[in-house]
Amino acid sequence: MKLLKKDRINQMTLRFPSRSANEGFARSAAAAFIAQLDPTVEQVYDIKTAVSEAVTNAIVHGYRDTLGTITLTVRLYAPATVEIIIADKGCGIENISQAREPMFTTGGAERSGMGFTIMESFMDGLAVRSRPGKGTTVILQKALQARREV
Amino acid sequence: MNVQYENREGCLRVFLSGELGHHEAISLMARLSALVEDHLPARMVLDLSGLEFMDSSGIAVVVQTARKCQSCGGTLTVAGTPPQAQKVLTCAGIHRLVDIR
Repeated sequence: MKLLKKDRINQMTLRFPSRSANEGFARSAAAAFIAQLDPTVEQVYDIKTAVSEAVTNAIVHGYRDTLGTITLTVRLYAPATVEIIIADKGCGIENISQAREPMFTTGGAERSGMGFTIMESFMDGLAVRSRPGKGTTVILQKALQARREV
Repeated sequence: MNVQYENREGCLRVFLSGELGHHEAISLMARLSALVEDHLPARMVLDLSGLEFMDSSGIAVVVQTARKCQSCGGTLTVAGTPPQAQKVLTCAGIHRLVDIR
């Protein structure tokens, strides 16, 4: 989805350490910020779920047993599109297409390998940029219907 | 994440409430596994009606708990699934492996 800078109406950026206790904060903060686009309950949950997956990936895979900084940026575009960027400077992904396959995981028993599948099916756009040793950036996009426009 | 349970006539009913993400999943899996071992239920019901949020971590919790029940000769049913959690489980095709209501 091509989004134009001139249509950008608002944005915010959060930086926080890769502690699992921050997962709930990150998804709730993203949901609170997009509220100004008047999304449906289902759209809010879709976005919360996708953000939760991306942030968890950064914590579990990007930084593994180390602590690093995660940057969460939410951008709102007119009339009603949201773009969310989750970036880490962790270990990066060797093989992105393999990582995106359903049920593939390098994590422990508590990981299902469904993170990217959920991000893909709950959002309208998913892009992953990564370089081993440099980090990973996940870009999520979703078009919300403009309910205020008739 | 709050866990409550009742055991009646071989049916172990476990109520989850709060948010279920990666942060909560590891300790929850251990807790559920210990409950199955302690009660050896013929039937276990995992009641999700109090869940406010669940991501893919919940998939692993459901699948692992179902396996644990089966290994002890019982079955697992997931009940009271809120729409958001339902969407996550359906996306992963878990409804084909576990009875989800």
